[in-house]
Order: sequence, then C-alpha cells, then structure tokens
Amino acid sequence: MELIVEGVSHRYGATEVLDDISFTVGDGEIVAIIGPSGCGKSTLLRLVGGLERPGAGAVLMRGAPPDRSLNPLTYVFQDFALLPWRTVEGNVSLVLEDHALSGAERRAVIDDVLARTRLAEFRKALPRQLSGGMKQRVAIARALAVRPAVMLMDEPLSALDSQTRELLLDDLLELWLRERFSACYVTHNLAEAVRLGHRIVVLSRRPGRIRELVRIDIPLTERGPAVPELARLQQELWQLLRDEALAADRELANAG
Amino acid sequence: MPADGPAEGAARDDDVRPVPFRGGGFRHVPLGYLSPLVFVGLIALWELGSRTGWISTIALPAPSAAFAAFLDLIETGMLWQHLEASLVRLVVGWTLGTALGIAVGLAIALFSVLRAGLAPVVAALFPVPKIALLPLFIVWFGIGEGSKVATILFGAFFPTVIATYSGVDNVDRGLIRMGQSFGLSWASIVRKIILPGALPAILAGFRISVSISIVLLVAAEMIGARFGIGAYILTAGALFAVEQLIAGVAMLSVIGLTISWLIGRSPWHSSSSLTLQTLRTARPRASRAARRP
Repeated sequence: MELIVEGVSHRYGATEVLDDISFTVGDGEIVAIIGPSGCGKSTLLRLVGGLERPGAGAVLMRGAPPDRSLNPLTYVFQDFALLPWRTVEGNVSLVLEDHALSGAERRAVIDDVLARTRLAEFRKALPRQLSGGMKQRVAIARALAVRPAVMLMDEPLSALDSQTRELLLDDLLELWLRERFSACYVTHNLAEAVRLGHRIVVLSRRPGRIRELVRIDIPLTERGPAVPELARLQQELWQLLRDEALAADRELANAG
Repeated sequence: MPADGPAEGAARDDDVRPVPFRGGGFRHVPLGYLSPLVFVGLIALWELGSRTGWISTIALPAPSAAFAAFLDLIETGMLWQHLEASLVRLVVGWTLGTALGIAVGLAIALFSVLRAGLAPVVAALFPVPKIALLPLFIVWFGIGEGSKVATILFGAFFPTVIATYSGVDNVDRGLIRMGQSFGLSWASIVRKIILPGALPAILAGFRISVSISIVLLVAAEMIGARFGIGAYILTAGALFAVEQLIAGVAMLSVIGLTISWLIGRSPWHSSSSLTLQTLRTARPRASRAARRP
C-alpha cells in the first residue's frame, strides 16, 4: 500500500503550521521527516494518520493494505503511550480486543510480536518496571500486532538516552530487514534520519514547507555510524537546517 | 600537585578538613512506635486525672467509665440496634450518592453539552452545607429514613461528581489519542483508558465523601431518630450521661478509622496498579475459561 500526501496545508487559528506538503511513502519504504523544532513535523504526522483533519489538501491511500491488517496506519509515539496499569501483554492485547479475534488467536498474535521484539520474558511486567528502551519496544510490539501497512513514528527514540537510542536503532534496522514495513519517521535527529531513511523530507521552519527531498541510495544494511558518505550527507543536511534552526530558535521566543 | 596546577592552592598538607554536612533536617523520620505510645499515654493521664479528682467526672468521665457504658451497650443489645441503624443509612446513602456521582461526573466529563449545562449547577450546589437541606428533605421525604438517606446521598454525590470529572480531565490525552489511533471504539476508550486513568482521583474523592457522609449521618440522626449513634449521643447528652456520650463519640471515631482503613487497603487505591492489573486481567480470562467446555 502506498501513502500519498497531497498538497497538505494546515493552520492553528492565525498560525500557519504547514504549507503545501506533498510526498509519498512507497511500499516498504521509510521516509524520514526532519526539520527544526516547531516546524510542524508532529502535526504533519497527526494529519497523515487521520488524528487531525488537514485545513487543505488530502492524505490518500492507494492500493489494498496487507492481508489481515487490523489498523493500516499505526503510530509509535515519542512518549510510548503505554497504559501504566496494564502489563506488557495487556498493552498489546488492548489494541486487539476490539477486533473479532478468538482468545487463542489473540494470544498467538501477542506471543508472536513479543517474540519478534524479544520481550517474551517480560510479558507480565508493568511499564514502570521497564527502562525507556524496553517501553518503546513494547510500543513497537503493540504496533506490529495490528499488522500496519505504514508505521507512523513520531520521534520514537527521542525520549531515550543516546546509548539506548543506538541499540534501538539497530533493532529497528533489523526489524525492517525482516518485515520490510513502510514508515513515516519523524525525527529531529539527523543521524537517525540518514541511518533509517530511504528518502528524507527536509522541512523549513514554520510554516513548514518542503525545502528538499533527499534520496539515499545506500541499502539500509550497508549503513552504519562509520560510513563516510552518510557522515557527509548528515553534514549537508545540517548545513541545510542550521540557518532554519537558528531562525526558528529566535522565532519561538517571540511567538511564545 | 601537578606543576601547572593553580598557584594559589599552595596549602600545606596539614590544612585538610572534611566538607561540612549541610543536608540535614526537613525530612520525615518514621517513628511508628510513638503514636500508640501517645495514645495510651493520653488515656492513662485522663484516667489518672479523673481518679484523683483533678478532672471533674461530671464534665468529663473517666475513660474506664466510658468503656463501662460501652460494655453496658453491648450487654443490653442496644449497640447492634444503634450500629445497624447508622450503618444502613450510611451505606445506602453513600453508595447511592457515589454511584450517581460517578455517573454524572463521567457524563459531565465526556459530553460538552452536559459540562456546559451541569458543571455550573454542581459548582453552585457543592459548597452548600447539605445539612441545611435536611429540613427540606424532611418536608419531601418525611421524618423517617428517607430524609436521612437523602441528606447523606446528596453529601456524597457532589464531591464524587467533582472528583470524577476532574479525574477524567486529567487522564493523559496521549493515551486517549493512542486509543483513537489504534481504532478503539468509543466505549473501549472510556472503559479501558479513561475510567482506570481517573480511578485514583475518584478514590481520593471517596475519602472526602465518606467523611462528609459521617458528619451528615450524625446530624441527621439528631433529628427525629430513635436509633443510631447520633440519636444515642443526643439522648445521652439530654440525660447528662456524659460517659455514654463519650462512648458514642469513640464509636464514631472507630467507624471513621475503619472506613478509611478499608479505602486505603482497597486494591484500587493510590494507583497501586499492580493489584489493579491482576484484578483486571484475571477477570476476563477466568470468564473465558469458564465458557469453554
């Protein structure tokens, strides 16, 4: 299934947040969206997943979602959004309970996704017993449970410390190699963008416009922290963003 | 010391002293043995004062006399009659008031029309001392049980409404958005995300509504009741039976303590989510297993 963002603009009251954003997320493709803080990245993701209606333009799906997909557009949130009173398996179970699955089927799905995210031994643990990285793995397991066509990831690693982030980044890469999921990956971390993105959408400061669409042709398997070409690319992206970020930084202080 | 170290720090080795500790105080140290000691000490002092005539037994009888009055109450069987009358009023009034309060609070929290319409009404009625409505309730429901239960019901209703809807308002919006993003139904979001999220606030409301209910219970029983702890205290006062009066007050204290102990022990209290979770998952699984042959 392909996700098409077509001329999306959005405003909150008098503030124009997004201006004429168009891009597509192809099957099995990860599109990273980067931009300075306050440029409307997260708003864009909410529009893409139907949590908000765009002021203008449209978000379209082309083609059928994969077989037995329960929730084609599925989010992974920055703050994990796990129910603190449910265990790991309870949190995964939550998103299955509204679907017509038998108890055995549901248990099978839970077992499967917990095994895939290597959480099987923590199934009875509560979120507050888990580290940040583990919590995000639970959120990813929960997302996988509904067999998404496109994962909408809103800075999924931003709440983690840098070491955990590195570990989870490897996990995500490995997961993509196995599952070939499509994703819209919002981040402000350029290293994540160049490691995971097949294409990178660079947004300007508010109102967010597409400044550049960068395609990276290196396969994900051959990317690593030490690949010189990626380092160069990251540097280029930073040059592109630096002035925007600087201006956005000053602007926020005025806008309040 | 390295050669390029700060020149000023050329202090001699004998000028070494520990960093002074400045972090003391402003912290609670649990002294669990102290409170029963104070309690027993106070009663002993009181008893001693009464026995030596230092405290006039007409104004304040000795604890032993109050205890004797309590034993007398047990022997005559009157204890159960008073206790039963009071507890029935309390339980019926509080339970109905709380149930209605949760329902209305939830409705106010979830529907904008009801919030706009009802929240100001609740805010206006909440500060009215409900005991002021007792005469009105007597006109409406008669001097019997109806007016007493209605007063307690009203007293428990308003704090519960406010606790419920502010609890729902404070449920993490991110969790609700998560529920929506996974396509959960409205009913599922309310039942599985909003209600458990608001539960700690609702339980905090219980503590308030229980204490209000006990106040109203005693006050209501002082008007036209034959049985009940309030009636017992009032009669004792009228007969200058001060030791019975003290026994009645002590019973109220015990009832209040017992109820707040029960609330504190309940698995839902203070978001002790571990036990909450075990209850929550154990129930549907058990029923599912039971349905299967």
